[in-house]
Amino acid sequence: MPANPSRALQWLIAGEWRQHPGRIVLAVIAIAVGVALGFAVHLINGSALTAFGQAVSTVNGAADLQIKASSNLGFDEELYGRVIAVDGVADASPVVSLKAVSANGESFTLLGLDIIRAAVVTPSLIGAPASGIGGNRDEIFAGNALFLSKAALIAAKLSVGGTVTINANGRAQTMVVRGLLPGIAEGRRVGVTDIAAAQWLFGRLGKIDRIDLKLEPDIQARYVRERIGPMIPAGAVVGDENDDARQSDALSRAYRVNLTMLALVALFTGTFLVYSTQTLSVTRRLQSFALLRTLGLQRGGIIALVTIEGGLAGLIGAIAGLALGFGLAAAAINILAGDLGSGIFGDAPPALMFAPIAAAGFFALGVAAAVGGSLIPALQGARAAPAVALKNAGDSVDPRDRLRGGLPLALLTAGVGTAFLPAIGRLPLFGYVSVALLLAAGIIAMPWLARTLLSPLVRLQGRNVPTDLAIQHLYGTPSAAATALCGIVASTALMIAMAVMVTSFRGAVDDWLSEILSGDLYVRSEPGWGGFDAAAQKRLAAVPGVETILFNRQVPIVLDPSEPAMTLIVRPVGKGDAALKLIGKEVGPMSGAVAVWLSEPATRILGRQAGDMIRLPIGGNARFIVAGVWRDYSRQQGAVVIDSKDYDRLTGDRSRDDASVMLRPDADIGDVQRAIRGAAPEALQTRLTMAEPVTLRTFALSIFDRSFAITYLLEAIAIIVGLAGVATTASAQASARKREFGMLRHIGVGRGQIIAMLGVEGALLGAIGGLVGVTLGVGISQVLIHVINPQSFNWTMTTQLPLMLMLLVVIALIAASALTAMLAGRRAVSMDAVRAVRADW
Amino acid sequence: MIRSIYLGLALFALSTATIAQTPGAYYPDVKPGRAFVFPKDHGAHPDFRTEWWYVTGAVKSNKGKELGFQITFFRTRPRVDAQNPSKFAPQQVLFAHAAVSDPAVGKLLHDQRAARSGFGIAEAKIGDADVRIKDWRFVRLADGRFAAKIKAQGFTLDLVFTPKQPPILQGEGGYSRKGSDPRSASYYYSLPQLATTGTITRGTSTERITGRSWLDREWSSRYLGGTAVGWDWTGLNFDDGSALMAFRIRGKDSNTLWAGGTFRRANGTTVTLKPNDVRFTPMRTWRSKRTGAKYPVAQTLTITLSEGQKRLTLTPMFADQELDARSSGLPVYWEGLVRTQGGRGYLELTGYAAPLAM
Repeated sequence: MPANPSRALQWLIAGEWRQHPGRIVLAVIAIAVGVALGFAVHLINGSALTAFGQAVSTVNGAADLQIKASSNLGFDEELYGRVIAVDGVADASPVVSLKAVSANGESFTLLGLDIIRAAVVTPSLIGAPASGIGGNRDEIFAGNALFLSKAALIAAKLSVGGTVTINANGRAQTMVVRGLLPGIAEGRRVGVTDIAAAQWLFGRLGKIDRIDLKLEPDIQARYVRERIGPMIPAGAVVGDENDDARQSDALSRAYRVNLTMLALVALFTGTFLVYSTQTLSVTRRLQSFALLRTLGLQRGGIIALVTIEGGLAGLIGAIAGLALGFGLAAAAINILAGDLGSGIFGDAPPALMFAPIAAAGFFALGVAAAVGGSLIPALQGARAAPAVALKNAGDSVDPRDRLRGGLPLALLTAGVGTAFLPAIGRLPLFGYVSVALLLAAGIIAMPWLARTLLSPLVRLQGRNVPTDLAIQHLYGTPSAAATALCGIVASTALMIAMAVMVTSFRGAVDDWLSEILSGDLYVRSEPGWGGFDAAAQKRLAAVPGVETILFNRQVPIVLDPSEPAMTLIVRPVGKGDAALKLIGKEVGPMSGAVAVWLSEPATRILGRQAGDMIRLPIGGNARFIVAGVWRDYSRQQGAVVIDSKDYDRLTGDRSRDDASVMLRPDADIGDVQRAIRGAAPEALQTRLTMAEPVTLRTFALSIFDRSFAITYLLEAIAIIVGLAGVATTASAQASARKREFGMLRHIGVGRGQIIAMLGVEGALLGAIGGLVGVTLGVGISQVLIHVINPQSFNWTMTTQLPLMLMLLVVIALIAASALTAMLAGRRAVSMDAVRAVRADW
Repeated sequence: MIRSIYLGLALFALSTATIAQTPGAYYPDVKPGRAFVFPKDHGAHPDFRTEWWYVTGAVKSNKGKELGFQITFFRTRPRVDAQNPSKFAPQQVLFAHAAVSDPAVGKLLHDQRAARSGFGIAEAKIGDADVRIKDWRFVRLADGRFAAKIKAQGFTLDLVFTPKQPPILQGEGGYSRKGSDPRSASYYYSLPQLATTGTITRGTSTERITGRSWLDREWSSRYLGGTAVGWDWTGLNFDDGSALMAFRIRGKDSNTLWAGGTFRRANGTTVTLKPNDVRFTPMRTWRSKRTGAKYPVAQTLTITLSEGQKRLTLTPMFADQELDARSSGLPVYWEGLVRTQGGRGYLELTGYAAPLAM
């Protein structure tokens, strides 16, 4: 007899782990996977956000407040003279901001600055002349002087003193690199020239894109905002660093939160795996516990034992998970870049940064998941009356009891009800609560479901002994079945839900792509090279073989400085090829208002529907009416379509970036491509990308698959964890039932029949688990499709079921659990029958 | 900091390009024999490369304190493409700085402004004195008085200057040579003995001040030539109504390359001082801990008049009157309130921290 109970606990834990290492390893892995995924997503996103924020603030030069153009059309420069005189404004720096391309095709942000104002407001944007101190400095204001950040210099393969042709806003100009920008953060590509030069050289006379403001020392930004508010024209907005931060956060928030939630669901699955492992191990050790109880160990001791066991598994899992997560994040950043393949953050690869607070958080979650999963078995183990438990290790539910479905039903109702609640801060938090409730409802309902599903089979007895035995066993011990199944049900449900959602999404995108890619050929000009002017458009339309050609332009517009920019799509809107594919009805024209069409995400972001009026930063005081809503899966931040004629009239900007071409039936696509290239403006001829719809479609779908790469990975892990759960559960239950097998042998059941019985049991378990999991998964997928997706990504879709995958999952589960049950049974029945029965003293 | 230094030097050098880099007729040359017309010449001469309105004053506050102040507006015309129609084109760039000398503070209070002309932010008017950068302004009022309003960091100056004497045309009728090359020169006139009243506000305390000031007006397209690195300059208002301006252009080893000046007697007659008539002799130097520059802050100024030599001791009110205006595009120099026998004025020492490429 041990000298003290804690020593006994140590032995029990160590003994259990020595005897059944596989089981505990599985629990550890489950926890580790959940922690790793959550932590990795957090790290990647944190690093990417930092990098993105840095990129934004680099170009902004850390001004206190900014007036920004809502689109790349800029706003009237006269605002500068008025703003600088506003009370509370210490200084103001006007900025022309252009996307520029160097001669070797590398792009950078070209800022036109008044160096005197910038020196006060945004000193990090000031250049250092290469010639050092002393000497003539006309070059500061010289019309062709260009100062480049180190990254821009390297990318453009230039050196100080060198001459380079810079393309921006459709103009090519020769500039001389006069020096560096020592204040620009590492890796950022920025160029600075004089504002007057930028305006003149790149066709921006009269327009500026930004005014950076420095405020008086103890002036509140709000005070100044109130004063400059009335001066701000329709084409500009006021924002500050917080808005920039909110904007970059908003860009990736939905994506990030969804992945984190998926990681938490993985952790949740881990909890069920720990639960099922621990339940089995408690069941098997009930006799040992009973013995300890009779020897004086208190109930608390048993609870402590099982919880500590789970906690240890959680501890190891969480530590492993953090390490794994860090590795995963590092790998993902290298392979998929900081946006996890979603294409949100552009091409700057962020540096990975360890996040100690997040690490502590996920560590705690991992341990909590394991402890939580152990708590119920611990309580069960402690509750068992020592005298009964000493004799029996069976199911604590009496086969004759009626099982009630009250709690699961309540959870189900709550889950469905929660799904209808609105998003919080544009995050579908209730959607996830709903998913968790549905999952919990399904798992708690398992005993009842197992018995309900089996009851028709129970009534149809009399085929053969192993099958009858198997059915009777499962029917009689639904809790044991449920324990075996909860892990697999959770992981199957999760996986099917994700698969249904992704399938539906991909299907919807595919349909949408075939709708929008109606042209025969798409022509795209590289940004920064000016696109097609009116003359070029005419030449292109006259190219032999071209039936019709539709030009369009995409202009980023900022409607709210804390929101990412939307896209204003300028294209002909009309009949035939120019028709928009609308959702719902179109509103007729209204006199005095310009018709625009919102994309589906834009309607949600702006809270506007067809028939509503909206404000756009073009055309001064023009009024705009939402004439209709169209489906768009490519611009999550929203897009607005305006007819070319209206845009031309309002802005006078006639240049276009892209074109879609319908060919004459007899035209040769290769000839047309060559002719189009020849008819394009000279600077553009080598900078045109032409693609056929098939290529574009493949490209779009590959982007889609890339952005869902991480969810595929998660699905694979869910399946592996689920199947591994089946295997260990089967072996645990088989070894717990040695005495039963011995008894069956005694009454004349053959070894083969027992193994067959176990096989049928396994198959039935797999079938039940698969069916329930798939059903639950489809239910959860509806929450993902109709609640979580619209709330976080602003788009809707119709459900498409991956029937083949669902069937395969069920078959795989049946086969895997039958096979593992038989393998486990083979070992269990190999023991001598007499000894097996004797074990029941 | 480094950046603002770069900028400062860059802009200053820009306002003062070397002769070698000033080919052709981009900027007009300064030539002798120009007729001065007032008030027109109080206004800007935008074709010339550099121009300044330079007010220094020695005043007494109503609390009995002796104070000095300096208000300077510089105009410079960068070499830019005149074709550029952009309103931002830096056809003219204006700088200003202001400083208050208070022996009780022991160093200069100073602030600066800079801007390219346009958008109503900065302008130097043609036709009469009216220069403005944001909320700083120096203007000639309708009644012939001048006024300055300077709202600076740490102090506010609100001053009115009443001319009591006609302008002194420096050098040969306003043509002031700065070196052996006759093209190295400026148009230069001064308004000494300006009766000065107004207020100076520091923090929440406003003091009324009265005293005498000196306005220097100079414009040029090339100032320093050859090996010149800087200058010593002084403008002194004497209690008897007489006034003295004297300068010397220094070479590398503090040797005098050129010198000149004008003494106007109390009776109104003026004496033009030739290079040999002016001698600056350092008496005491002070070393700036900020910049490391060594300034001869106390000097003996000897001028030769028809009645013989006149020795004046220039004693600074306090040593640290160094002005570091690099962040606004001007160099580091010493501009200090000095006392002399029977008068007060300002001493200016440039090119001691680094050579001026003027």
